[in-house]
Amino acid sequence: MVQDIVIPEVGESVREAVLAEWFVKPGERVTKGTVLFVLETDKVTLEVPAEADGIVEILVPAGQTVSVGAVVGRIQTERAAEDLAEEPRIKPFAAVLPPEVAFAAGQDSARPVEPPAEVAGEAAMQQPEKPPMPQEKADRYPSAGRLAAQLGVDLARVKGTGPQGRITRGDVLLFWESQGHATADAPMGLSAVSTGSAPFEGLKMAPSSAPPAPEAPPAPIPSRGADAAPEETRKPMSPIRKRIAERLLHAKHSTAMLTTFNEVDMTRVMDFRRRFKDAFKEKYGVSLGFMSFFVRACVQALQEIPEVNAFIDGDEIVYHAHVHMGIAVGAERGLVVPVIRYADRLSFAEIERAIGDFVGKIRENRLKLSDLEGGTFTISNGGVYGSLLSTPILNPPQSAILGLHKIEDRPVALNGQVVIRPMMYVALSYDHRIIDGREAVTFLRRIKEGIEDPERLLVGI
Amino acid sequence: MADENRFDVVVIGSGPGGYVACVRAAQLGMRTACVEKHSRLGGVCLNVGCIPSKALLDSSEFYHMARERFPEHGIRLQGIELDLSAMMARKDKVVGELTENVRKLLERHKVTVFHGTGRLTAPNRVTVELSQEPGRSVVLEAGSVLLATGSEPVSVPGIPYDGRFIVSSTEALAFQEIPERLGIVGGGYIGLELGSVWHRLGSQVTVIEMLPRIAALLDAQISRALERVLRRQGFRFFLESRVLEASVENGEVQVRVQTKDGEQRLTFDRLLVAVGRRPLTRGLGLEALGVATHPKTGHILVDANYRSSVPGVYAIGDLIAGPMLAHKASAEAVACVERMAGLDSEVNYDAVPAIIYTWPEVAAVGKTEEELRDLNVPYCVGTYPFAGAGRARCMGETEGFVKVLSHASSGRLLGIHIIGPRASDIIAEGVLAMECGAKASDIGRIMHGHPTFAEALQEAARVAAACAIYGKD
Repeated sequence: MVQDIVIPEVGESVREAVLAEWFVKPGERVTKGTVLFVLETDKVTLEVPAEADGIVEILVPAGQTVSVGAVVGRIQTERAAEDLAEEPRIKPFAAVLPPEVAFAAGQDSARPVEPPAEVAGEAAMQQPEKPPMPQEKADRYPSAGRLAAQLGVDLARVKGTGPQGRITRGDVLLFWESQGHATADAPMGLSAVSTGSAPFEGLKMAPSSAPPAPEAPPAPIPSRGADAAPEETRKPMSPIRKRIAERLLHAKHSTAMLTTFNEVDMTRVMDFRRRFKDAFKEKYGVSLGFMSFFVRACVQALQEIPEVNAFIDGDEIVYHAHVHMGIAVGAERGLVVPVIRYADRLSFAEIERAIGDFVGKIRENRLKLSDLEGGTFTISNGGVYGSLLSTPILNPPQSAILGLHKIEDRPVALNGQVVIRPMMYVALSYDHRIIDGREAVTFLRRIKEGIEDPERLLVGI
Repeated sequence: MADENRFDVVVIGSGPGGYVACVRAAQLGMRTACVEKHSRLGGVCLNVGCIPSKALLDSSEFYHMARERFPEHGIRLQGIELDLSAMMARKDKVVGELTENVRKLLERHKVTVFHGTGRLTAPNRVTVELSQEPGRSVVLEAGSVLLATGSEPVSVPGIPYDGRFIVSSTEALAFQEIPERLGIVGGGYIGLELGSVWHRLGSQVTVIEMLPRIAALLDAQISRALERVLRRQGFRFFLESRVLEASVENGEVQVRVQTKDGEQRLTFDRLLVAVGRRPLTRGLGLEALGVATHPKTGHILVDANYRSSVPGVYAIGDLIAGPMLAHKASAEAVACVERMAGLDSEVNYDAVPAIIYTWPEVAAVGKTEEELRDLNVPYCVGTYPFAGAGRARCMGETEGFVKVLSHASSGRLLGIHIIGPRASDIIAEGVLAMECGAKASDIGRIMHGHPTFAEALQEAARVAAACAIYGKD
């Protein structure tokens, strides 16, 4: 198809301009963005770029006075894409005006230029995939090496633009920015990335070209390898990390926390799950995990020992009629504890589905504050990271938290015989101000019984 | 060997690389010698390069202004005359003073100067054939040898230099009379600057360039703007054209040129060949010692400490890769000598200014728009015309614009390109800003005196900052 090349608006009061020069020849193949010709008025000079890829036809020669909107040439675009139903013949003028025009129009404009969409920012900065020749190894200036170490940039992926293709600090920064580190609040430039140093430290590396004035012999530089990584780096705490830190410290300071342990033989619950997981999945569309067993066991134990589900509020104790079960989940940005509401009313399938929903929400960053509020008890599963035994920390104002751990085949004594059983340690951290040792130990034992004999959960004993 | 010929560092060459290296080495307590084959110190830059060309550019611009520009300011002069020999004498005086200053500077720092041709005869030995005493040589023992011999003009096959009609830049700085028709082979900065000198003094200047645009390393938008300005001033350009043959007949230079549209015959009174420069390594004894050079460009290959492939032998400036600029050589000289002394010194190649002293001037630092496009870096462009700067209006110099390139996400300055009045002075602010890792918005926010030319840079930076997608503030 054919696109007209039109004289754009140059400014509000300007109706005519001189087409000073064509930068392309008739029949020349151009790509979108190629400067086609230059317009001159008494005020401004304006370069007009091609709007599409194609072959240029020139209708008005250079040197003529042209008016705004005049067609001065055409671009024969290559094989018009399948449907070009009603593509506008040419884009609105303002969108294509280079900035100097805006001045004439009495306002500034700017044009952001993005790299071609198909080139991912990261890939763009990489060198071609080929085994590097010995001489092509990433050669860098010392400061570029230091900066790369500070920023954690792999120099093998940075393209060098210095003399002999050597990598400069600027090359490292460009690569770093291409990795998405270039937000508005990212530290600015060199001074900011060389942490813990004076703002203008970067400057001292650039010698002045004039002979420096005589000076006392400089102090010797500490003999550290030129490319050594910095001893330490500093980063601001993310808001979520700050909140976590506050809450955990508060828990330590404002409760009388201690932990009791037990261990659970997982044989029967694993067997139970093996037998029913296919049918369960078929019926409910979610997998049957161990978590629903533990939630049910907790609900039962919490109903038997209501102090574990209660809070201290001043001089009073607040007992909760229902169980709102917090499940600690490690997310990329930090730990979050979404709450399963009315866990005491939910079936195994409903519990599994609720957990699955939270995982999806966390992954998609859709978790709402209301999802995190109102828990009365928490389960934390360190076992997913391989923890054998740990003491979980309270999630105030809650009074207790159950810690699960990894399942491990261990020799145990059973009926006078040493047998191998899949075992899990469990830990209950509790606020001793409200829960006595007897209750805590009993609570944990009830969990143990419920998991070791899952039928108990069915009949509530 | 006599102790007086034993040095910590021997520098071969006394240009902006060599003499700065000598001074810095002496300041750091090294026993330093400088070897210079010419009688005057300062190298190409001071003697037949930057300095004399700028002296003539300033003189010729005054002449041009007196004739063409004064009337618009309401100043009428009559009987303006050109005294070329006085102009040349002034230029020589400027050069003389500056080279003398270099001599005094080296003397003050107790640098021993040997006038003669230095040659490496061992990694730590330089043999100098003394200029004033032919046949006699001295052998210098050196802890380190620093090569700083610079570059020389490239010659073109089919265009034989004769030093009178077909000349290099050296002779074009000292024409005895104004050539009526001056041909220039090469549209780089040397050709354009010397072309400007002689054009202002009255020559009809024709530039023949192989590439599709002049000053090809510039940002393309700046390069096209410069070409238009120069054409309007009266320059003739043959782009994408190649000189096939040049010969001198009856005091005229006959040139056969292959242009885009076929062959042309051109006649000039003088032909300046300025197609580029190459490292001057001849006679240094590099091959015998095994100092590695680039097979195509002839540059000496060095590591980040400016060490060549032979231990104890260093090289800087035009001899090694990178732009052939006096200030780059000086910066490398300081960094090289300081690194020899164990200091942590470095040249920032991301912020090397480059200037072309045409009028309007052209100055640049950092990456061009084309380079950023090739690197697939998302960037913002902000331009602002000098016509919008009050100071430029007052001076009557409204041609040109400032172009600021910044990173689209971080807003960090990536390149600054200026064509316009006093671009050579404005660029210093851009270099400092880039060295400090500033954002476009930083230049936009700092106070600029009013009315100044630098306000155009501030406005362009504001435009670029307004476009930054995330870095807006």
